[in-house]
Amino acid sequence: MNPSPDMAARPPIETVDLTDAWSDTPLVPAETVAGRSLMLVIAIMTFLAALTAGFAIVLAGAARDWRGDVAMEMTVQVMPRTGRDLDADAAKAARVVAAFPGVAEARAFTRQESEDLLAPWLGAGLDLSQLPTPRLIAVRRDPKAQLDEIGLRAALDAALPNAVLDNHGAWMQRLDTMARVVVGAAAGIFVLVLIAMALAVSFATRGAMAGNREIIEALHFVGAADGFVARQFQFHFLRLGLRGGAAGGGAAILLFLVLGLLSRHWASSAGGEQAEALFGSFTLGWSGIASIVLISLGAAMLAGLVSRAIVFRALRSFFAAPD
Amino acid sequence: MVRFENVGLRYGMGAEILRDISFDIAPRTFQFLTGPSGAGKTTLLRLILLAMPPTRGLITLFGKDSQELDKAEITALRRKVGVVFQDFRLLDHLTTYQNVALPLRVQEREESSYRAEVMELLRWVGLGDRMHVYPPVLSGGEKQRAAIARALIMRPQLLLADEPTGNVDPSLARRLMRLFQELHKSGTSVVIATHDLALMDQFDGARRLVLGDGRLHIYD
Repeated sequence: MNPSPDMAARPPIETVDLTDAWSDTPLVPAETVAGRSLMLVIAIMTFLAALTAGFAIVLAGAARDWRGDVAMEMTVQVMPRTGRDLDADAAKAARVVAAFPGVAEARAFTRQESEDLLAPWLGAGLDLSQLPTPRLIAVRRDPKAQLDEIGLRAALDAALPNAVLDNHGAWMQRLDTMARVVVGAAAGIFVLVLIAMALAVSFATRGAMAGNREIIEALHFVGAADGFVARQFQFHFLRLGLRGGAAGGGAAILLFLVLGLLSRHWASSAGGEQAEALFGSFTLGWSGIASIVLISLGAAMLAGLVSRAIVFRALRSFFAAPD
Repeated sequence: MVRFENVGLRYGMGAEILRDISFDIAPRTFQFLTGPSGAGKTTLLRLILLAMPPTRGLITLFGKDSQELDKAEITALRRKVGVVFQDFRLLDHLTTYQNVALPLRVQEREESSYRAEVMELLRWVGLGDRMHVYPPVLSGGEKQRAAIARALIMRPQLLLADEPTGNVDPSLARRLMRLFQELHKSGTSVVIATHDLALMDQFDGARRLVLGDGRLHIYD
């Protein structure tokens, strides 16, 4: 059999380009690092961290919206008093408030609207004239003007003895506290997830170092510095971290996109309205998605840095005194 | 170049396996380190390589007290020393070429800057046609030569070889010894650990460091 033209044209060994073979060969063999299982752990941890951060972002946004909505509104309650015409008092109070600087609108609830508000608790077909219930006036602030709340209270007191202004301060305080608790709990869970991931990477690094002890020793004896050895491991774990982070972060972004679509789809139902009132529309927005991408990159960097730190620490005692 | 003064070594709380070891290795010298199996030849080489600290005594390497060296200085000193391990310590997942080029790669030099040099050395030790082969398919003698080439690629000032002829036939052993002699003539200090008396007898003029019962006896 004659040699093939390719064989005949093969260059002499001096000119063989070894660069590709060289660069493709890591000094720490990939199969000695518990790669697949660690990548799965990093993916799950990144997913949980991104989920926690995503929900915290959604809830913080919803709480901010609630606070904004509630802060822009106030309520005047006109209390029923013997000998006074409640409808006339409500109309007067509405006029006083509407004329006050910084108020955009003051609207007295009609009897029917008041009955509708109380219907869930007292039943339908209610006749408010039989009950000593206050009349409500919804006050909307002018967002462009400053409102002197003390002055408004004084004006109401002067006009009517039975009108009380509620600026929803207690509600806002509660919402603020709840939002802080939720975001704080999410931050706590986020930190715990990161610590668990760092521990998993540290165990895997120790395992990889134990499995490659002879390679590490050989590298040292041929003159490798600790930093060079550490980079060989860091490279592996950074790559695993990038893969795991991309999988976990991608899954979290996908979940939020699906939840956003579902919440829009169910918005018309009673449950959907409640959920939207609580959480908004489950939309993360670009900033939320960017946060998850950053978390994924952070997870990869954490994996790389933890492995580097563990390798450096282990190398300090690598050539220690014999036991 | 290397100076040991009253060096002792023990593992844990056991008896000293090396006692009051004192010797010098001068530049451009050739010596055998010998003694029965288990006498501590490999341990002594590891002490020279600063792979472990002595329990007592003073080791000076290239004029520097080993106890005062930091990590970077130890790395710099190791780059002046070539080592041939008894078990070769070749990395099985790297080709012969990559194993021999390893001391240059760990210095993060460009591969193109030393390719020709590595190939020339591989041809010199008779592995020119085996440079793309992985160690598991090399014969014992080929592994030995690859390990020697790796130790020589940095042109070391000191070469430590642990039983370098232990896995090869007498003919190849003589060729390897001639290679070490050439290296010595070119200015490198050579320490060859061996328990092969016949091999040493071929080099009558060489200095002998004999380990026995934990002590070192020197025959110039």
